[in-house]
Amino acid sequence: MGPPKEGSRLRKPIPPFQAFLDAHRTAVYRFLMVSVGPNEADECFQETFLSALRAYPRLRDGSNLRGWVLAIATRKAIDAARARNRRALPVADPADEAPAALAVEAADPPDDDLWKAVAGLPVRQRMAVVHRFVLDESYAEIGAAMGSTEEAARANVYQALKKLREVEPR
Amino acid sequence: MKASELKRLGGGREAERKARVAAAELAGAARDAGLLDVAYAFADSPFGPLLVAVGRHGLLCVQYPNHDFDATLSEIAREVSPRVLESRSETDEIRRELDEYFAGGRRSFDVRVDLALVHGEFVKRVLRATARIPFGRVLTYRDVATEAGNALAVRAAGNALGSNPIPIVVPCHRVVRTGGGLGGYTGGLDRKKTLLTIEGVLGR
Repeated sequence: MGPPKEGSRLRKPIPPFQAFLDAHRTAVYRFLMVSVGPNEADECFQETFLSALRAYPRLRDGSNLRGWVLAIATRKAIDAARARNRRALPVADPADEAPAALAVEAADPPDDDLWKAVAGLPVRQRMAVVHRFVLDESYAEIGAAMGSTEEAARANVYQALKKLREVEPR
Repeated sequence: MKASELKRLGGGREAERKARVAAAELAGAARDAGLLDVAYAFADSPFGPLLVAVGRHGLLCVQYPNHDFDATLSEIAREVSPRVLESRSETDEIRRELDEYFAGGRRSFDVRVDLALVHGEFVKRVLRATARIPFGRVLTYRDVATEAGNALAVRAAGNALGSNPIPIVVPCHRVVRTGGGLGGYTGGLDRKKTLLTIEGVLGR
């Protein structure tokens, strides 16, 4: 046998869906809680994992399932933010960068300044912050999950932190 | 603004709990969407929890607790479908029938059996012949080999029974040695004795 040849891709088998769900459910939930807000997190969670389940038999490699499912969750979060913007602004076709405020209700989530500040960020910046600081991902991983590049992810996080510093009185 | 402050947006242990609750609802949503190919659950038995898995074409496996359940589920994902979720409702019937069997109130199983995890035509024929042995009766390894179409393949028949993924329901415990010995059993000989005692073949 010997070591695998250079350039040969080692495929990891696809685990039973339940094992995949158990391994990544918390990361996906954390991501959605901040990205779409606690009120829509459950619905987006079901949509994310149903999409994953639909595509699951076609997967050929199980080596980056976390990145794969977070990319699906990211698309669902962007869709949810767009839908919310359409409801709020009947005129325009809002671009991704349009501010998408979270529909925050009284009891849940914590009614504090940090939450409000993050909720006020444009959707891609908010998601980049969640990927970076809540899920501890590298910029390369964030770029992949958000369907953009490492540089764009870095820029999104930079812009977000700048805004957060302006908002927060320290 | 510190990264550690942002971290708490992720919801801490509360998010873990909510994720667990949301994940538990997924099997139902998957069923409604027609996306649940294999459901599994754990059934009570005198031997401890049994893994039972039900596919679209019937019962795929019953596994004793000494087996590696994760390995079995991985095999199902590979060979049947990776759309495998833990779910109680699809497995209600087999769990109820097993309860009744262990309580002494059931002599045959009504659930449909799917031999998708069984490899080889001879092995399948051996298991089908075994499935026809009635409650409380036994055949020898030679009988089963003969029924499967090869009277000389006694050892192969034994191996086939040893690889039975659906013990109890496909009653490989009802196959014994010609000389009166019990022979072997995947689940361990004590379990074979217990099952044959339930069926009145062995005295209590």
